[in-house]
Order: sequence, then structure tokens, then C-alpha cells
Amino acid sequence: MENEKHHIVPYRVYILVLIGLLALTFLSIAITEIELGSLSVAGALVFASVKSYFVLKYFMHLKYDKPYIVTMVLFVFAIFVVTIIVTFLDYLFR
Amino acid sequence: MNSTVVANEANYLKYRGKFKGLPGWIFSTDHKRIGLLYLYSMAAMFSVGVLLGLAMKLELLAPGKTIMDAQAYNATFTVHGVIMIFMVVVPGLPAVFGNFLLPIMIGAKDVAFPKLNLLSWWFYVAGVFLVLSALLFGSGTPDTGWTFYAPYSFKTGTNLLPAIFGAFILGFSSILTGLNFLVTIHRMRCPGMKWTKLPLFVWTLYGTAWIQLLATPVVGITLVLVALERMFGVGVFDPALGGDPILYQHLFWIYSHPAVYIMILPAMGAISEIIPTFAQKHIFGYKAIIASTMAIAFVGYLVWGHHMFTAGMSGTAQYYFSLLTFIVAIPSAIKVFNWISTMYKGSINIQTPFYWAASFIFVFMVGGLSGLVLGALATNIHLHDTAFVVAHFHYIVFGGTGFAFFAAVHYWFPKIFGRMYDKAWANIGWLVFFIGFLTLYSPMFYLGMMGMPRRYYDYLEQFHGGNILSTFGSWILATGFIIIIVNLVRSARSGPKAEMNPWKGKTLEWTVPSPPPVENFDEIPVIGADDGPYNYK
Amino acid sequence: MEQEKHVVHDHYDAEASKIGMWLFIFTELLLFGVLFVIYAVYRYLNHDAFHLAAEELDTFIGAVNTIILLISSMTIAMATTALQKKNKMLTIVLAGITLVLGFVFLVNKYFEWGAKFDHGIFPGSVHLTEALSQGEILFFGLYFIMTGLHALHIIIGLVLIAVVMWKVHKGKVHAERAALLENSGLYWHLVDIIWIFLFPLFYLIH
Repeated sequence: MENEKHHIVPYRVYILVLIGLLALTFLSIAITEIELGSLSVAGALVFASVKSYFVLKYFMHLKYDKPYIVTMVLFVFAIFVVTIIVTFLDYLFR
Repeated sequence: MNSTVVANEANYLKYRGKFKGLPGWIFSTDHKRIGLLYLYSMAAMFSVGVLLGLAMKLELLAPGKTIMDAQAYNATFTVHGVIMIFMVVVPGLPAVFGNFLLPIMIGAKDVAFPKLNLLSWWFYVAGVFLVLSALLFGSGTPDTGWTFYAPYSFKTGTNLLPAIFGAFILGFSSILTGLNFLVTIHRMRCPGMKWTKLPLFVWTLYGTAWIQLLATPVVGITLVLVALERMFGVGVFDPALGGDPILYQHLFWIYSHPAVYIMILPAMGAISEIIPTFAQKHIFGYKAIIASTMAIAFVGYLVWGHHMFTAGMSGTAQYYFSLLTFIVAIPSAIKVFNWISTMYKGSINIQTPFYWAASFIFVFMVGGLSGLVLGALATNIHLHDTAFVVAHFHYIVFGGTGFAFFAAVHYWFPKIFGRMYDKAWANIGWLVFFIGFLTLYSPMFYLGMMGMPRRYYDYLEQFHGGNILSTFGSWILATGFIIIIVNLVRSARSGPKAEMNPWKGKTLEWTVPSPPPVENFDEIPVIGADDGPYNYK
Repeated sequence: MEQEKHVVHDHYDAEASKIGMWLFIFTELLLFGVLFVIYAVYRYLNHDAFHLAAEELDTFIGAVNTIILLISSMTIAMATTALQKKNKMLTIVLAGITLVLGFVFLVNKYFEWGAKFDHGIFPGSVHLTEALSQGEILFFGLYFIMTGLHALHIIIGLVLIAVVMWKVHKGKVHAERAALLENSGLYWHLVDIIWIFLFPLFYLIH
């Protein structure tokens, strides 16, 4: 079985992604100064999700991988989200 | 084209490689040998579980203490559950028949990670020993039930930690098997073996593997948390420290409900192989069965709360879980319809596997319908924690996975051992077993409706008659089991040699010698456009 | 009767190994995911107590650890590029930097936890069970479990990377046989992602 030629990701891409991640980290710390009340959790999760997106896409190579692997990742993420939502059907309505 | 003579020298049973004798088996990375290792170890654990079950039935023969007191009874049903669930039906068909047949059915020489496969079995053995050690050493056999509910699970003085860690290790075994099968199916199908040409057993192994992979970690971490609660008092499930015991139940059932689909999907897959073969007819609705398999695997994640209707969840959650429970029954019903439709106008060959498959359909349906009774909120309140529930899950799990396992054994036995069993005794064994099964479990539906609680060693006098009948049934069942086992063991050793394709099946395992050579195929098969697993015309 | 048809086949399938590692990563995601579910439930039920308890945590150390892991993720990713460009020395250097950064992370954790223990904050402690509210007890219980389990995975990752460095040095992992390095990198990124979520949920509640 032949292996596909591996796409070589330039160093520069990784450096740029890191800079983006660091910027997002600083931003996420900075917004804690702002009183967001009940949105603070959402805000934190948004930043974390965006950072994870970039780690998955570039560091973990999903941008260059075959689509079925991306499908699997999305599927697992969906299962997890559904599990939280269904669990909260209990706690939110007690 | 009788290659059995040549094959005997190179077949996987007789092959002698780097290790000989017993080490040649327990250090083997051959998927076929690993499948048999699972078969033997699971058969041993099943026998222990059966003895524990018989002991429970003996205790329940009469009200009050018969042979054991309450504490011993609690320990007995706990160990019975842990063994049967974690050591028998969860590994179940995938560990034995998945391991043995998956590579052959897709035209491969082995699974993707043979060494990991052996490690899976070693984890299984380690888990078994850890759990058994909980019985032998320390402060008393666990008495929490196999469900380890908080807060009792971190308060009980019995020896819970080895049992928890044993279950944790058994979880690793399951995860690794699932991982291996997923990669194998994705990467090692032979040329022409498209997804739409896969045998249905392979499809069910695929769906099951996803559940093994994604659900097992949930119970793993939950059990670890119970252990941490016992050791350090972190408070996660302890109401005194702010924890919620119902959260434990959520997390436990988030695994344990999908786990029942780990148990039943491959069972349904085996039935989907057996019925077309013994009807000599293409399976009815191949794609519908695939779709319903995937639907069961997915929707099965969404119904766990139906084990918790009386625990204290919100009304919203209760309505939701009840609704989804009814929905998840639909794909299973589709399968039953398709199996029956396959038989219709088929050329039925009534043999032992067919008896098991037909009786599977019957008991599975009864069990499934009783599940709907439990899935409805109003009736559940009356029936929760009664003998009705015990009847339901034994019909579904023992009747479902158990019967399918016996069907699979009698179907693939000639391929695995290269010999045929005594068919008359196999059929007698089936009949006795079936009668015993019905006698043992049917009274429990009635007893539960009349109000007999489960997990009690004692009961009110009005339940006595039903219990006598049930216990009597357990002895008939045990007799049937002995007949079956003796027949199979004797035939494996000295039965008549089996041909390559005694049942005229169409899947790839019937194209290799019985028993198969070490690497399954001399040449990797190529599947043509007109080939298919059920092309009986 | 012996049948020595045992030919050693080189069954190297990079894609199979990659899927294998991704599947393993999925199990880890569910494992930590459950802990996040527990966190979510208890934070919802004990909103104010969680805020109060979080003030005990040092945002600066948490931020430093975040930055450390992000940089280490970059270096291990770069190591794959270096390997594919057949630059063996650079590969080992980059993996080595990852190793060092991971180790610094653990050292920080050690001091962090040490400070907590000195204040009498640890699971089952007298201070915890008697002086703090239930929500705070839960917060710290989850803090120790989740960061502890995460640290355990850092250690596993470091062992993996060390093994890979050795194999690169020995020439067993190279451009045509890069799976072990790539997949160890995947594992390391997973550990990074978990921390990306841990950091704001424990350290950035204000």
C-alpha cells in the first residue's frame, strides 16, 4: 500500500499560528477585566474553542488530512456536546 | 478442491512458531488464537457467573434465609453482575467472533495492530484477576451491585477498590479492541471490498467499536472518581460535601446504556449472517440494516436516563429520556422485520444455528417490548427495581446476546475447529436451554408486576409460587448448558472433520479451509463487482 | 511439524497509525470531557462559590503555563517538518525544547500545588471540609483531579517524546517512517488543548 507524499508544512506557518494563539491568550485574560456577568463562561469558552480550532487545524494537521478524519473529530465533538446538553436537561429544570 | 489435508499442517491450531505449547497461545498475536483465548476465558467466567446465579435462585427458592444471609446475597448479585457484564457480554461476540472472523471476512491476514490485540486479552485477564482478588482478600466482597451507586460505593466497608480497578482495566481491554477493529475495517479491506459489500457482522462490529471507544472512557473516569472519593474524599459525589449522587448515576449510565448496544449490535450482526445462510436467500434490506445499526449506535447515547426515572431528575429530563427510549426501539424493530422478511420464501435449512437464531428473535422481541413498558414513565414508577426489570434485561441480554452467542458458536464452530458437532445433541441442548430460559425468567415479569423487589434475598409469601417455578427453570437451563458445552468440547476434540463450507454461506470465511491457515489467505482475495456477501442466486 | 513460513512483513502503514492515535485521542477527549461535564454542573449549581474559590488561584502562573504549552506545541509540530526535511539535528533539538518546556510546566505545577498544600487546601483536608463552603470544596476537588490527571498526561507525553528523540537519534524514526514522531506530536497537542480549556475555566473566573 503506497503512502501519499506527505505535505511538508513550512516552519513559518507554525510560528504564525503560535503568535495568533498567544494573542488570543492575552485577549482572554484581558477581557476578564470587563464585567460580563453570566456571559463570562461563554466568553472563556469561545476563546478556548478558537484556540483549539487553530491547534487542531494546523498543529494537528487536520487542514492537510483526508476529510474522513475531520469528520470523525466533528462527530466526537458532537457526541460530547449532546451529552452535556442532555445532562443539563436535568439540572436546568430541577 | 479439498485443501483440508494440506491445511492441517499449516492451520492456525497446529502452527508452531517461536513459542510452543501454552506460550505459543498466550504470546500469540494471531487474531484467531486470540479469539479462542477470549472464548476459553470468557467461558470460564460465564460458568462462574452461572454458578452465582444458581446460588441466588437457590436462595430465592423460599422466603427468608435459605442458603445465605442478606449480606452474602448482596455480594453474590454484585459479583454475578460484574462478571456477566464486564467479563462476558461486553467483550461478548466482538472479542471471540470479531477477533476470529473480522480479518477473514474483509480479506485481510490479521487486524491492524496484532500486538495491541494480544495486549487487549492480557488486560482482560488482569482485570479478571483484580476483580476476583476483591473476593478473596481484604474486608469483604463488594456488595454495592455492579452499578456501584454513590454514596454507598464510597461508604461501604467492603473491598471495593480492587473491583473498581479491575473494571477499569477491563475497560482498557474493550477500548483497545474497538480501536483495533476500527482501524482494521478502515484500512485493511481487500481490493473490491467496498463498504457496501461488507458483511453485516462487520458493519455491526464497526458500530460497536465506536461505542467501545467513546463510551468506555466515561465509566473509566467515573470509577476512578469513586476510587478517589473513597481514598481522599474529594466530594464529587458526596452530598455532605456538595456532591450530587444523581450525577454519578448520569455518568455511570452514559456508559452503561451504550454498553448494552455493545452487547446487542454484534449479536444482531451474527443473526444477520445466519438467517440469510439458512434461508439461502439475500438478506432483506441490507442498507436498511446498516442504517438501523448506525442509528442504534448513535441514538443509544441519548437514552441513558431511563435507568434513573425514580432517582430525582427534572420532569423535562424524564420526558425527554422516555421519548428517546421509544425512538431507539424503532431501528431494532426494523431489523426484526428484515430478518423475518429474509426467511419469507427462502429455502429454509433447519439446523442448530437456525434454531438459536429463530429463538433469539422471539426472546429479543419479548425483552424489547418489556423495555417499552419500562420506558413509559407511569409504568416505570411501578416497575422500577422490581423483578420485572430483572426479567427484562435477562431476556434482552441473555436472550439477546447469549442466544446469539450460542447461535454464532454453532454456526462458526466447523470453521474455527475444523470439526462438526453432534447435531442431534446440539438441538436437544438448545431445546432444554430454551425451555429452561423461559421457565426461569417469565415468572419474573409477573412477580415484578405484583410488586416483588429485586436485589432482596427475602420476599413476601405471595411471591413464593412464582419463585419456585423460576428456580426450577434455572436447573433446566443449567442442564441445557451442560449438554451444549459437553457436546461442543467433545466435538472440538474428536468430532468428524468439517468441510470448508458446510452451510453454503457466501461470506469470505467460507472460502478458506476449516480450520483456516495461519495467515488466512494464500492470496488476498479480490472482490468483483458482482460479488456480494449474500448473493445466493 | 514446523511450518516456518514466518516471513517478517514490514507492515508500516502511516495512515493506520495516524487513525489509531486519533482514536486514542478521542478516548482521552471523552475522559476529560466527562470531568468538564462535572465541572459545568457544579459551577452551574455553585456559581458564587466557584468565583470565590477561584481567587485562590494564581492567574500569572496559569498564564505562564499556558504560554509554555503553546510554545511547546509549536516546537513539536516543527519537529515533524524538520524530520521530513531530513534535518535530524534540528528535529532532536526541537523535540528536546518541547521536553524541557513540558518539564518546566510540571515544575510550576509542583510549586502551585505546594502552595495550596501549605494553605491547607487539599482533598480531604480539615481546612477544606470545615472552613470552606460546599461549592468551594467541589471547586478544589475538581481543580486537583483535573490538573492532576492533566499533569499525569504531560508526564506520559514527555516519556513518549523522549522515546521518539532516542529513535530519531538511532535512525529508526526518519522521513520515510515518521509516524511515531507525528503521532507523539498529536498526543502532545491533545494535552495542550485540554490545558487550553482548563486555564480559563479555573484561572479566569472573575
